Amino acid sequence: MDNVKVDRINEFAFKIANTNGTGSASANGLIMQAIFRMGVPVSGKNLFPSNIQGLPTWYEIRVNKDGHTARTPAFDLIVAMNAETYARDIQELQPGGYLLYDSTWPLNPALKREDVHFLGVPLAQMSRDSFDKPREQILMKNIAYAGVLAALLDIDTKVIDQLLEEKYGAKQAMMKSNHLAFKLGYEYAQKNFKCPLPFHLKAMDATRDAILIDGNTALALGCVYAGATVAAWYPITPSTSLMDAFKGFCHRFRENKETGENNYCILQAEDELAAIGMVIGAGWSGARSFTCTSGPGISLMSELIGLAYYAEIPAVLVDVQRTGPSTGMPTRTQQGDILTCAYASHGDTKHILLFPANPEECFYFAAHAFDLAERFQTPVFIVSDLDIGMNDWLCPRLKWDDSYKPDRGRVLSADQLEKMEKFLRYSDEDQDGVTSRTFPGVHPKGAYFTRGSGHNKFGRYTELPHEYQEVVDRLSRKHAAAAKYAPAPIVHTEEGATVGVVSLGGCDGGVREAIEELKKQGIICDYLRVRAFPFADSVETFLRAHTKNFVIEQNRDGQLRTLLMAETGIEKERLKSLLAYGGFPLSSHHVVDGIRQQLGSQS
Amino acid sequence: MTYIAKPRLIHPGLRKNKLGLTVRDYEGALSTLCAGCGHDSVTTGIIQAFHELDTPPHRVVKLSGIGCSSKTPTYFLRDAHGFNAAHGRMPSIATGASAANKQLTYIGISGDGDSLSIGLGQLAHAIRRNLDMLYVIENNGVYGLTKGQFSASADLGSKSKRGEANSYGAIDPVSLALSLGATFIARSFSGDKRQLVSILKAAIAHKGFALVDVISPCVTFNDHEGSTKSYRYTREHLTEIVHSDFVPLKEEITVDYEAGGAAAVTMHDGSVLLFTKVAEGYDPSSREAVFSYLMKHQASGKIPTGILYVDESGKDMHELNRTAETPLSEVGFETLCPGSAKLDELMDDFR
Ligand SMILES: Cc1ncc(C[n+]2csc(CCOP(=O)(O)OP(=O)(O)O)c2C)c(N)n1
Ligand code: SF4
Ligand SMILES: [Mg+2]
Repeated sequence: MDNVKVDRINEFAFKIANTNGTGSASANGLIMQAIFRMGVPVSGKNLFPSNIQGLPTWYEIRVNKDGHTARTPAFDLIVAMNAETYARDIQELQPGGYLLYDSTWPLNPALKREDVHFLGVPLAQMSRDSFDKPREQILMKNIAYAGVLAALLDIDTKVIDQLLEEKYGAKQAMMKSNHLAFKLGYEYAQKNFKCPLPFHLKAMDATRDAILIDGNTALALGCVYAGATVAAWYPITPSTSLMDAFKGFCHRFRENKETGENNYCILQAEDELAAIGMVIGAGWSGARSFTCTSGPGISLMSELIGLAYYAEIPAVLVDVQRTGPSTGMPTRTQQGDILTCAYASHGDTKHILLFPANPEECFYFAAHAFDLAERFQTPVFIVSDLDIGMNDWLCPRLKWDDSYKPDRGRVLSADQLEKMEKFLRYSDEDQDGVTSRTFPGVHPKGAYFTRGSGHNKFGRYTELPHEYQEVVDRLSRKHAAAAKYAPAPIVHTEEGATVGVVSLGGCDGGVREAIEELKKQGIICDYLRVRAFPFADSVETFLRAHTKNFVIEQNRDGQLRTLLMAETGIEKERLKSLLAYGGFPLSSHHVVDGIRQQLGSQS
Repeated sequence: MTYIAKPRLIHPGLRKNKLGLTVRDYEGALSTLCAGCGHDSVTTGIIQAFHELDTPPHRVVKLSGIGCSSKTPTYFLRDAHGFNAAHGRMPSIATGASAANKQLTYIGISGDGDSLSIGLGQLAHAIRRNLDMLYVIENNGVYGLTKGQFSASADLGSKSKRGEANSYGAIDPVSLALSLGATFIARSFSGDKRQLVSILKAAIAHKGFALVDVISPCVTFNDHEGSTKSYRYTREHLTEIVHSDFVPLKEEITVDYEAGGAAAVTMHDGSVLLFTKVAEGYDPSSREAVFSYLMKHQASGKIPTGILYVDESGKDMHELNRTAETPLSEVGFETLCPGSAKLDELMDDFR
């Protein structure tokens, strides 16, 4: 029992194992928020099943004074509320760790582990004795373990009181029940265990300017701020909460309370084929419009993505990636759609992709995506994932620059059209290969015929090779030009670095933590985080500066590596894949172990 | 609305409408369809209908899917924005365009393949949303553009050009629309221009989804003996069960009509649809009555035409959504973006 160091302050991880549908979310949220309010950096990962009730679910909380928020699989404490997963849960404890279980029923002696402390609390019994209604008994059992945790981890009870007050202020009965349940757990722990445990919390001041927010909510808010008015979607995990949030924000910010009129239109489509069609129709007509979906939806949308690309219509698509292929594991995370999104649809197509690493970037990338989509008159993908989208992340407070003006790109007004001799949709390109467009209804001279069939630069139907090529070659130049307008890669260089590390999206937290750890071990890395496709020139420069680059991503086939090879001139020998694709968010140990192993095996 | 195209050429003989435009001003590019194709007659009907309604051409949005029929929007209203979408996907594009700008007039042209096979889902849901548009199916019982395969509207037993008999029953767009809750349903024939134009005008005036099924023979692949979508077969079998006149807003009603029932329907814009002759026992305002009439007469082999059903009281997509009067595409960014102060306030909810 020695591996758990004595008095580890603000640096530990624990998880709560439960069955889904038992309402544990509010207890877990309470704990997480209380730690945050104590000023201590914290992150939570909800590992839930694709099911409504009765299957195992885990909520993992990592407390880290240095602000590392990536998932860690090493747990110091487990709250084992699900008898079915006891055996598995116990195995995940660090030697010397603690297992909190419901002692209303005796623990199966076969599950005992010599190097672990067992803390039994009769949670179900306590809850049954104090509450009448069966549903309440279940819910309050959860709040009771929150009470136990508060005692074990030294959570400030004043913070808990405050949170309950904020949440239930108006609902006195609920507040009383919650207080009582919390107290039952708290006092039981105080009386029966040595509190706090050797690892515990101590108030800090590291979250004053921070928020806890999930990426889907942040992205939805970003869409509202970007001026999006039309949203079309078809429900799919893990993107659904994005549209729910968008709806909520529209309700708050976009409804005329006097007239009841809405400055938005949300269309729940019959499928993703229609959802993207609606987005394209609205974008063509001059509204900022978007859809959110996941891999299976992208597959269906591919047909019309090609239409929007070829006919040059702006559209924003948010792909909250989940584990594929096919239905895959809908509630697990992955970065498996990189190549699909980059080249979605038949024929020669290439798209602009943005890769946010966290909810903060989700928010800021929204406006950026609409600007790019309108400036380049093309679909833009925000490639997020389940971990970013659905988990609560510690982020700086989001800010808005009131001087922001949307970049609508080249759109001709009625006055401009009136003065023109003749408008030709695909002529008169600028230095980026962009031509001007018009909206319907504005002016007769602006009328043109949009088609996904072969067209020449005048917008007319063609089957002539040179006329066809002239247009698609411009599209290719246009795509390349987008690199300098898209979010630039983030590069960290270190004196004496011997290897390059390249990654993207939600891997960032784990990669940065790993780079720190590797440095301590004498391996010094430069790091580049790709934030957009097409790649900026600096990406290739970085890759060339290192003979060995580790490309870290969450898919089986090394899709970012493939894209880097295809789209830069880099030799494949310089790029080593380091992959984690089982469905859980990346942890630093994947990177540390992976890089050590590959360096070792080559030396 | 202030930008009306100047009349192109002065044709002394041509009637000018209230905008000073002749019917030529409502035309488009030259058709590249086969000579005699029914679709070209529908195009002519559309041109005439918009001219007679005095619609500013640039305030119309014309859309289509893929097929010979779907090529036709290039052949009318050259001053209107056009969108030749993908096969079967026009309804979703139209839905999005309408979401962005509810003040324009939307017309979609589709074929029986485009609407009743690959696009059946999108058609059904556009009906369900009561999208405010005129939706024309140029129905020829075959896939013209892919050279004459049977479509889903081909009748059981109808013969292909090579003599094979179709072994599946037809999907009838009229009964389909009726059961899906469409608010305006009509059938016409490309060879009956008078009826077609009158129906199209009422359909354009209708607030909500107006489905017009036009039997439009394919002279190249489906106009032979044994086909039930040929010119000859259609002429011999159609029966106009509802005859109506469309009286635009502010025009005096001069026709006598029977009072009561569905004899006159006031359209959303104030124009009036007069039912001057209706088959015995038929009531175009009762979904139930229309349905049972169609079922009963199905076996007779007759092709009922006319405005078969109309309900002007249904709420369209925008009314259901309570979309603001100003088109969403025109609402200023200052109105749409809540600004930094509101964001700062909101951030406290995430602590
Ligand atoms: C996804 C897709 N599948 C198949 C086709 C080929 N295709 C083009 S038109 C057409 C059928 C058109 O039939 P219909 O809508 O009845 O139009 P018509 O030519 O008869 O007027 C088909 C199958 C296509 N364009 N796209
Ligand atoms: S093939 Fe048939 S439908 Fe197509 S243009 Fe010719 S006649 Fe018309
Ligand atoms: Mg056809």
